[in-house]
Formats: sequence, structure tokens, C-alpha cells
Amino acid sequence: MTIVLEKPAPARSGPGAPPPHDDTPARGARALRALGRLSRLTLTRSVVVLALFALWELAPRWELADRTFLPPFTEVAAAWWELALDGRLWENTEASLVRSGLGFGLAVLCAVPLGLLIGWYRPLADLLNPLLELFRNTAALALLPVFILLLGIGETSKVAIVLFACTWPILLNTVSAVRTVDPTLIRLARSMDLSAPRLLQKVVLPAALPTVFTGIRLAGGTAILVLVAAEMVGAKAGLGFLINSSQYNFAIPQMYAGIITISALGLLLNQLLLWAERRLTSWRPQPRG
Amino acid sequence: MTAKINLRAVSKAFPARGGRESVLALDGLELDIGAGEFTVVVGPSGCGKSTLLDLLGGLDRPTSGEILLDGAPVTGPGLDRGIVFQQYALLPWRTAAGNVEFGLEATGTPRRERAALAREHLELVGLGGFEDRHPHELSGGMRQRVAIARSLAYDPGVLLMDEPFAALDAQTRESLQDELLRIWERTGKTIVFITHGIDEAVYLGGRVAVLTSRPGRIKDVVPVELGEARAAHADLRSSPEFALHRRQVWQLLHEEVDRAQELEREAVAR
Ligand SMILES: Nc1ncnc2c1ncn2[C@@H]1O[C@H](COP(=O)(O)OP(=O)(O)O)[C@@H](O)[C@H]1O
Ligand SMILES: [Mg+2]
Repeated sequence: MTIVLEKPAPARSGPGAPPPHDDTPARGARALRALGRLSRLTLTRSVVVLALFALWELAPRWELADRTFLPPFTEVAAAWWELALDGRLWENTEASLVRSGLGFGLAVLCAVPLGLLIGWYRPLADLLNPLLELFRNTAALALLPVFILLLGIGETSKVAIVLFACTWPILLNTVSAVRTVDPTLIRLARSMDLSAPRLLQKVVLPAALPTVFTGIRLAGGTAILVLVAAEMVGAKAGLGFLINSSQYNFAIPQMYAGIITISALGLLLNQLLLWAERRLTSWRPQPRG
Repeated sequence: MTAKINLRAVSKAFPARGGRESVLALDGLELDIGAGEFTVVVGPSGCGKSTLLDLLGGLDRPTSGEILLDGAPVTGPGLDRGIVFQQYALLPWRTAAGNVEFGLEATGTPRRERAALAREHLELVGLGGFEDRHPHELSGGMRQRVAIARSLAYDPGVLLMDEPFAALDAQTRESLQDELLRIWERTGKTIVFITHGIDEAVYLGGRVAVLTSRPGRIKDVVPVELGEARAAHADLRSSPEFALHRRQVWQLLHEEVDRAQELEREAVAR
């Protein structure tokens, strides 16, 4: 699973054009053209994925790959369907969703306000920076045994490790977002004698939001990655457990079904967060293309 | 005319930091500004103009001396003064109207009134119909108009402007200068306008205070009386009266500019 990292586009400067006057026929033509562009885009994007599936289907059939270890795509799809029908797919997906959702949600709730505070009070940032750097550069999964040792093998340790892993990208992005808020905007707010909480709410938070969201999307990918790994170590449910136990029981098509589900989940989550980001930062000039 | 602002021996030094020696930016400024007066402060770059504006706005404190506003010392920022920044300082996530309302929110104006006031003031700066545009959809001149509307809307007695037109092209600048004079006449605000342009200073100025190069001191205050010439000449800038004042300010300023450049060269060489 890959996560596409988009930096917030720099605000377009320079003289903008006065508002264009839309007359209806032109608008209709433009909408039609946009629709054409969109369908072409969807087509080019799905072609690669479809080609991958086709290759997956044909390679085992043409004996380019060992059928035991890489069953054809249709067999995997059938296994997926079976899992979906007997309820195991949903059961395991639900377990994973609850854990990652809880850890991720808690991380957003803690790290954003904390990041705002740390970024705002410079001495605090200077004090904490070495610590943040240390944790950021520690692979969360390396700490998994410690979490299990301290919190046991149950739900708590899994939620905790997701929370831990998600915190750093959000925290670091929020801190740097706050520190790079346009200083003239701060001067403007100060010149109007705004109180510190008002200033954070009305200037700093909205200005920081695009960068904060980059961190949140990064954390979304991390949440799934870390959780699946944690579920492979010790769990009785969850997609990581499904994949691992299928492999253990030599139910290879089921294993691939689990992997596909995770990819789809990751993709869905990223799209969801992208959509939320677009809604919340709709004031930004739309990137073309 | 009653005094609106008094500068009493105002000095500002920035303490030494990070290997740099301390900088004396302003040195003993004395100036009285009457209520409703249009005062232009002109000086070479780096002479402390922005520092002076920060002190007037209450964003910074003088090292010594004091600034009186309506007879009372300035101790901090307040809504009795509005600042127009060179970089516009518009909130990019708000529309033009939203930006104008930003100042009104600080004064606690009710929501309904805010919308009406925002519309009215955008109208005043010639941006009627652009209420719902975001800053990135506006030209530089339009953005600065929004910033001016914002400062006018919450009705401060004093308008502080720091090289507000410096980033604009010549034509836009000239039309905004005319607009500003019109607004000033209509609203009767006390305006302190900072610039490094001589033409701009003379064109706008009721009074032009010329600062020396760093440390900034007041070298001279030139009263500009172009009242009759303004009415008589369609193109004031090419009138003999304008040329006279221009020459006067230029003479005061050009040695300072030379000195400022010398200072800059030294600073770079070091
Ligand atoms: N916060 C600061 N710390 C140290 N030096 C400063 C600071 N602000 C301004 N200065 C110095 O004070 C002098 C005047 O700056 P400024 O008021 O910005 O000049 P101007 O606006 O006239 O170009 C400059 O030499 C500048 O380097
Ligand atoms: Mg300046």
C-alpha cells in the first residue's frame, strides 16, 4: 500500500483575474469537456490496475508462477466472496477498524491541540524538540514488545501502539505548521488586541490546517500498517490475524483476500481523509489537472 | 488643531542577539500629529520606519521616551488604531467580506451588523460585488483595498499604513493614492503613512516628516500645501508647485539615502 504525500500547494500570488462572466452555453460545453476529461482520467487510472489483475490471473494459469503460492485472481476473489458470506470478513474487518479508529482518533484529539501549544510557545518547542525527534525516529513496531509487556496482549496494547505511532506525524506536522504561520497575520491579530485563545482559534488553526492534514493523512496510513503488524503477533481477530492464520493453515486464497481487503481499506481511508481535507480547505486555489 | 499623537523623545534600540551587536533604530523622535491630519513619514530603507509604526501600533515598546495617544501613553495594541501592512495580511481562508468582518469580530459587533458594515466598506474602497472572492482571486491592488476596508470598518481614529502601495504597479498605486485621499477627506481619520517614495510622500502629504538614515531621527518636517494646485492641475504631478515640494524633500532625503547605502555596504562587507 502506498500513501501519496501531497504537500499543500503554495498559495498562488500575483494578480488574479477579475471574475469571469459565465454565459450558459459556454458553461455547458465546459462541463461536458470536464466530464470527458474525468472519464478519460478514470480510464487511464483503472487500466493499470486492471492490467495487474489480468497478469495476476494469467501468470499462474500459464505457469509463470507457482499456483500454490499465487492462485489466480478469480480464485482469490471467490475466496473473498466466501469470507464475506460467512461473516468472517466483516468480523475481522470490524475488529481492525475499531482498533485503528480508536487509536487514530485519540491521536488526532491529543496531538493536534498539543502540537498547537508546543508550536505556539517557542521555549516549549525548543525544550521538547530533541524528545520529539527521538520518538519520531524510533520505529513504532520496534516498541511493540514493550507495549505487550506493559499492557498485555489484549486490545489495550493494540490501540496504544496505533495511538503512539499516529501521534508523531500529526504532532510534528502541527508544530511545524504553527511555526510557519505567516508572521504578518500574527501581527495583524496582535494589532487588533486579540486574546491568545482567540488568536489560536481564528488565525493559527485555520492557517495551520493544510499542513496538519498532511500529518493526519500520513497517520491514517500508519494506523493501518502498524495495526496489521500488531495483529499478526498476538490476536484472535482482525485482518492481520486473518492473513496470518490463513497463511499458517495454508489457506492461500484467503490470505490474499485479506491482503486485498487491507489495501482497499487503506485506499478508502486515504480517499476519505483527502475528501475531508478538500472540504475543510476549500478556500485554497484548486490545483489544476 | 488638537494633538492626536505626540512622540516625546522616542528611542528604540534592539538588544544584541545571536552575535549581532545591538541596533539603535530610532533616536529621540519628537513629533506632534493633529487630529484628522495626514502625515507622511519618509526615509531611506532601514532607517526605522517600520519600527516607528510598530511603536505607534503598540506592537512594540519604545526603549525610552513615550508616545501619547489622545494624551494618554500607548501601552499596547488597541482597536483605536488600525494598521495596513505592506503585505496586505489578508486571511487567505476568508472571503473579502470575511476579512473585513475579522476586525469587526474583535470589536464584538453583532453578526448582522458585521455583514452590512463589511458590504458598506468594500463599497467604499470600490470593491462592491467582490464580497465573496477569496484573496487569491483578487489582484494586488484589490487585496490592499480589502485590507484598507478592514481597517476602516471597525472605525479606529488613527490609520497607520506601512508602505501599503510599495508592492503595486505604478498605475494601481496612483489610483489607490487618489482613493485614499478621497477616503481620508470623507472619514476625517488621522493617518500616518509610511513610504520611501518621494513622489508618493509629496502627493499624499499634508505634512512630510523626513527621517535620517539609521538611527532614525526627524530631520525636518515639510508642510505640503497643494490645495490650490490640486484643483488647478489635472496632472498635479507635473505642476510647478509639486516640483518645488518634490525638490525640497529630495534635497533632505538624498544625503540620507547615500548614507544608508554606505551603511548597508559596510554591513555586507563585515
Ligand atoms: N526585531 C529586530 N531585531 C533587531 N533589529 C531589528 C529588528 N527590527 C528591525 N531591526 C533593525 O532596525 C533597523 C530599522 O528597521 P525597520 O524599522 O524595519 O526599517 P525600515 O522600515 O525603515 O526599512 C534596521 O537596521 C533593522 O535591521
Ligand atoms: Mg519597513
